[in-house]
Amino acid sequence: MAQRSRPLSPHLEIYKPQITMVMSIVHRITGVGLVLGFALLTWWLVAAAWSEGALELVNTTMGSLPGQVILFGFTWALFHHMLGGIRHFIWDFGRGFSEKSRFGLAWFTIIGGVVLTGLVWALVAWL
Amino acid sequence: MSMRTPLGTVLGLGSAKDGTTHFWHQRLTALANVPLSLFLVWFITRVGGLDRAEMIVVLGNPVVAGLMILSIFSIAWHMRLGLQVVIEDYVHGEATKILSLVIVNFFSIGVAVLSVVSVLKLSFGG
Repeated sequence: MAQRSRPLSPHLEIYKPQITMVMSIVHRITGVGLVLGFALLTWWLVAAAWSEGALELVNTTMGSLPGQVILFGFTWALFHHMLGGIRHFIWDFGRGFSEKSRFGLAWFTIIGGVVLTGLVWALVAWL
Repeated sequence: MSMRTPLGTVLGLGSAKDGTTHFWHQRLTALANVPLSLFLVWFITRVGGLDRAEMIVVLGNPVVAGLMILSIFSIAWHMRLGLQVVIEDYVHGEATKILSLVIVNFFSIGVAVLSVVSVLKLSFGG
């Protein structure tokens, strides 16, 4: 029997974007993005265990301006994803479902992620 | 009236036979990842850019090496579970889906083992 493609419910395109929905999407994107961050971490650790030359390559690459921008991006993705996860824990306990709380938590995720990223990089720059 | 057998209801594991295990492991690793990734951020900012001899000194501390290994396992498992959900949501062809899931498993376990072995080697003196 020929398989017909099943009808899909109209979704994304008919909704007005809301901050809560954007946070849900960003949570996924940061999560998947951090996979590349883990790959970079592995590259670094393996290089360090391998040889001085291999480690030198990682240090030069990640110490360059593009490398630092990438690390800055991963710092933000990590903190944003972490705060998004804490938001999920609050929901797991049955709290934070009112409209005010949902929007508040979305802003907490956005602002918190940026603030923590800035804090870490400021500390690294100063110390 | 439920069509489930009394035994099925009691076991409550569903058709995949692991019940809420996926959800539970996802949340368990999420909780562990909060302190562990803060440690990881500290480690990367502290050790990033150092040469091998200096990394060996830092990782020679068993607490640092131990926390690194815990971070790697917990984050890798969380990553494996998360990627699985993303694939199950968006990849619909049966063959592509299974192939993607196999790659996710190989990748997650692969990077975790490579990272842990590297940490251990450095911890034991490089």
